Amino acid sequence: MKRDPSDAPAPSRREFVSCAAGAAAGFLLTACGPKRLVEMPKERLHAALRELERQYSETYGTAVTVAETPALPGVQFAYALDISRCIGCRRCVYACVEENNQSRDPQIHWIRVHAMEKERGVDFSHSDPYYDPKEVPEEGRFYVPVACQQCENPPCTKVCPVGATWKEKDGIVVIDYDWCIGCRYCMAACPYGARHFNWAEPSIPKAELNPNTHYLGNRPRPKGVVEKCTFCIHRARAGRYPACVEVCPVGARKFGNLLDPDSEVRYIIEHKRVLVLKEDLNTVPRFFYFYAT
Amino acid sequence: MRPALVPALLAVACATATYGGDERAEAPRTADERLEIPPPPFSEGIFPCSSCHAGMPVNRTRRALTEMHDDIQLRHDEQHRWCLDCHDATDRDWLHLASGERIPFEQSYLLCGQCHGEKLRDWRAGVHGRRTGNWNGQKRYLLCAHCHNPHQPRFRSLEPKPAPRRPERPKEETGGLP
Amino acid sequence: MNTARLFARFTTGSLRLVLRGNSTYWAWIAALAVLIVSGAFAYAHQVQAGLAVTAMRDQVSWGFYIGNFTFLVGVAAAAVVLVIPAYVYDWKPIRQIVVYGELLAVSAIVMCLLFVFVDIGRPDRFWHLLPPLGHLNFPTSLLAWDVLVLNIYFVLNFAVVTHILYRAFTGRPYIKSVVVPLVLLSIPMAVGIHTVTAFLYNGLAARPYWNSSILAPQFLASAFCSGPAILLFVLQLLRRFTRFEIDDEAIWKIAELMAYAMFLNLFLHGAEAFKEYYSSTEHLLYTRYWYQGLGEHRTLVPYAWSAVALNVVAFALFIVPAARRNWVTLNLGCLATYAGVYIEKGMGLIIPGLTPDPLGEIYEYYPTLIELRVAAGIFAVGFLVFTLMLKVAVPIALGEFRVDREARSDVLDRLPLEPGRA
Repeated sequence: MKRDPSDAPAPSRREFVSCAAGAAAGFLLTACGPKRLVEMPKERLHAALRELERQYSETYGTAVTVAETPALPGVQFAYALDISRCIGCRRCVYACVEENNQSRDPQIHWIRVHAMEKERGVDFSHSDPYYDPKEVPEEGRFYVPVACQQCENPPCTKVCPVGATWKEKDGIVVIDYDWCIGCRYCMAACPYGARHFNWAEPSIPKAELNPNTHYLGNRPRPKGVVEKCTFCIHRARAGRYPACVEVCPVGARKFGNLLDPDSEVRYIIEHKRVLVLKEDLNTVPRFFYFYAT
Repeated sequence: MRPALVPALLAVACATATYGGDERAEAPRTADERLEIPPPPFSEGIFPCSSCHAGMPVNRTRRALTEMHDDIQLRHDEQHRWCLDCHDATDRDWLHLASGERIPFEQSYLLCGQCHGEKLRDWRAGVHGRRTGNWNGQKRYLLCAHCHNPHQPRFRSLEPKPAPRRPERPKEETGGLP
Repeated sequence: MNTARLFARFTTGSLRLVLRGNSTYWAWIAALAVLIVSGAFAYAHQVQAGLAVTAMRDQVSWGFYIGNFTFLVGVAAAAVVLVIPAYVYDWKPIRQIVVYGELLAVSAIVMCLLFVFVDIGRPDRFWHLLPPLGHLNFPTSLLAWDVLVLNIYFVLNFAVVTHILYRAFTGRPYIKSVVVPLVLLSIPMAVGIHTVTAFLYNGLAARPYWNSSILAPQFLASAFCSGPAILLFVLQLLRRFTRFEIDDEAIWKIAELMAYAMFLNLFLHGAEAFKEYYSSTEHLLYTRYWYQGLGEHRTLVPYAWSAVALNVVAFALFIVPAARRNWVTLNLGCLATYAGVYIEKGMGLIIPGLTPDPLGEIYEYYPTLIELRVAAGIFAVGFLVFTLMLKVAVPIALGEFRVDREARSDVLDRLPLEPGRA
């Protein structure tokens, strides 16, 4: 083939060296640079979490811990909510806010309680999350609190373009707040409106901070990322009930290990009439609603 | 028991049960050992009942009480029952079942369960009523009487916590100049 | 002449071309610059304060930016698909049309990428999408697919068009064995980018308004009737202001094809409307919100019917041959189809899909001034890119900007600004 005079000449030595240096830098950056928390080697993860603790402690003026408790073996979490008992008092909503360091302004609530008419039954298009009577329960109404359903077949984890959200071994769907790019595709994909976005810099009063955090759960989040209920991962993995379960004054909320035959959730599934929301979407939620009476 | 105490008890139960027991409990050996039930919610100074009733003659006539315990308004199947259908006539420190068998106040759930059998079964499984503690370890139950006043079991309404803020457009829309 | 000097000639020559123009040209550039600066300041405010300065909230978490992105992906796809009729009908200025279509596609993709960039909550983490430093959730996430195909399409078009033009500048023919397959590849890729973008919405079971099989064909139909509209404008402008030649027949044929695409678009919308209204399930709520409003929530209703009217008018103007051949009605038709599809695909796709939200709540979204300023700035960037590229491409295509003429700079003084110069 005739050599075209305008064809590029063979690379010079300088060009080759700079190319190789670039490749080496790229390799180093890939190996040592920022990564998804789930891919990091253990030591780097520890170092990253200690750094986070240092930053949080400095910001909030108190000793904050960021745990990395892994999933307990032989545990599959499930949740059951008794809608014949819920009186719509919203104590779960605010216990969750405090336990999980949600932003007060702009206001983020991971739990949303929907008041519905007993005549209509469970029908979200006619529900009211903004009810504000003097006393609850209101005549002729029942209440359905909704938060992340920790689906077995989550539509949100499918769509994340950067893999910042995934389902852990014990069933909790978690988010890596340092990897999320805030595209909000997961929010479009969630059929339960369970994901919430930090539209502005979140604000938590220093005195109300919960300093016992988990890196995939309730540690304070930055602006521009998505967050949601994690079944109080920092409590659940330490064997405790989530805050909403403990605070509910009528005992409408139940939580436990599906694999434990003595657990309340097993009893409920085996003996009560259980339903899940939007069953036809085949998300297979881990969150069951039932009527105890 | 004073009816007005019920909401207060609820509040106390809520507050004390939520964040107690931070230490990880030892793995319990049997299901029964996993239970921890707080003592019955007596009004202050009312127990032991025998301190007043020990020497008193027993009057089994069904009537409205006037001299003492007149603050209790029975609204719990009051058409068919009265005090001594649950409280043991001969020893007021005990309750009694339909068979006549005496049970202590700590096991009042057996009495409730006579009529509310389904609730008792659910309560034992932890499905009825509040349960706090550890899902895989030590659990704290409450007695029926901790939430339900046995003389007036119907719940009082609660004041709900504030409704969430509605989503709003930003107040200032221009974004500043230029 | 070696590569570096050639390229330097090209660069300096292009700069000279771009900096040379009459008052209309500079007024246009100035207007675009104003919009870009305004957009930049508005975006800076958004970055500092967070996306809370937009009207998007949890209930309606996508809005104006993503609507514009969706529309522009359609424009990018349509611009290149004109290549098909160009070959089929064997028009003389085939190469020019292909080149201008690809330049439009490049500008549109630039705008698409910018709209996505301004919409994400953490633009500093944009690189999380790019392997090997980042992690692209391919093939599970449709957004990952979209990132891939949009960038490939961009590179493809940019490479082909710069190759053709640069070769023309250096007075040599382009490498057919490379260009023709790539151009042919860009056609299925054009269909591909818009299908992937449609699947982005289509795959979400949580949003019944989008979760309909008709969405991908409808996207393509609406893209093919609106995208060429810009090209028709540009071709007429080029004919007016430069020595570019194109047969009237070619323009009228494009308009005719747009009519058929618009018919398909209207038909598919009609099919959607039938299914929703006749089956009358709870999913009707979203369609009702768009066309009728829900209760007192009626913000989008005027836009819905404007879009319908504009689309129908455009269809009528393009399907009637006499109306097609009349330059006034032709351009009115172009405007109508562009505006109609812009409304229907921008706001008319995103907002009703998210309203009511999954738990039945209605939050009425419409953009804030900041969103409008940022969007205007991005459109201005796209138009600027297109303008500058055309300023260089047209003289090359007409043989006026060539390396052997560069030596005589006075030839540039003779670059015609009116039609008909020899």
